[in-house]
Amino acid sequence: MARVLLFGRLADVAGWRDRVIESPSLSALKARLARDDAGLGEALGGRGVQVALDQVIVRGDAPLNAGTEVAFLPPMSGG
Amino acid sequence: MGSVRLTFDAFDPGGLLTAFCRGRAETGAVATFTGLARAEAGATVALELEAYPGFTEAEIDKIALKAKARFGLDDFAILHRVGKIAPGEPIVFVATAARRRRAAFEACDYLMDYLKSRAPFWKKAHGPDGARWVEPRDQDHADLARWEKEPSS
Repeated sequence: MARVLLFGRLADVAGWRDRVIESPSLSALKARLARDDAGLGEALGGRGVQVALDQVIVRGDAPLNAGTEVAFLPPMSGG
Repeated sequence: MGSVRLTFDAFDPGGLLTAFCRGRAETGAVATFTGLARAEAGATVALELEAYPGFTEAEIDKIALKAKARFGLDDFAILHRVGKIAPGEPIVFVATAARRRRAAFEACDYLMDYLKSRAPFWKKAHGPDGARWVEPRDQDHADLARWEKEPSS
C-alpha cells in the first residue's frame, strides 16, 4: 500500500491530494492513476514533473513497498 | 549553524536581521534579501504557497550547505512563508554572513536563484478572475544557470 501525495496543480487536476493505493511499482501506479483519471495521467506525464519516494527524488521505475510515500512534484517555484 | 524554516505566519524582516547580526564580532559582512508578494496591478489578491513538509526544508538545507561551502559562509538563515500571503507581505527572507562582503552578496544571490526555481514550493496566484499556478519563468532558469560554472578564484 503506497501513500500517494499530489502537489500543486496536480492536486487541482485530480481533485484529491492524499490517497492510499495498492501498487507493486511506480510504473504500475502511474498506469493505474492514468486509467482511473485520464486528465491526471496526462498531467503526471507533463514536462518537469518529478517523483519522490519516501522524500528522495527518483528517476525511472522503482518497486513500491508497504507504506512507501510516493509524491508527484510539478515544476517548483518559491521566493 | 545555519537555519532553514517555513512559517504560516507573517514575519518582520528587520527583526530577523537584528537577531541574525547579534554576537558576530568576527563576521564582518551580512547580506540579506527580502521578497515581497506583488499585487500585479490588482491581478493578484493573494499568493498561496504550498510546501512538502520535511522534504522542502531538507532540500533547501542541502543547497544552503552547498552555498556555505562554495562561498565560505560563516552562517545563513532562510525563512519562507507558506499558506496565504497578501500583496506587500514578505514571502522569503535570506541572510548570509561571511568575513567579506562579496561572499555574502553572492551567496544570497545564489540562494535566491535556487529558491525561485528549484526549491519544493508550489505557488498559486489568486486573482479577481480565479486562481492560476505560477511556474518559473525562463529568466529564473537563466538566473540559476549562471551558477553552474565553477567559481573563479
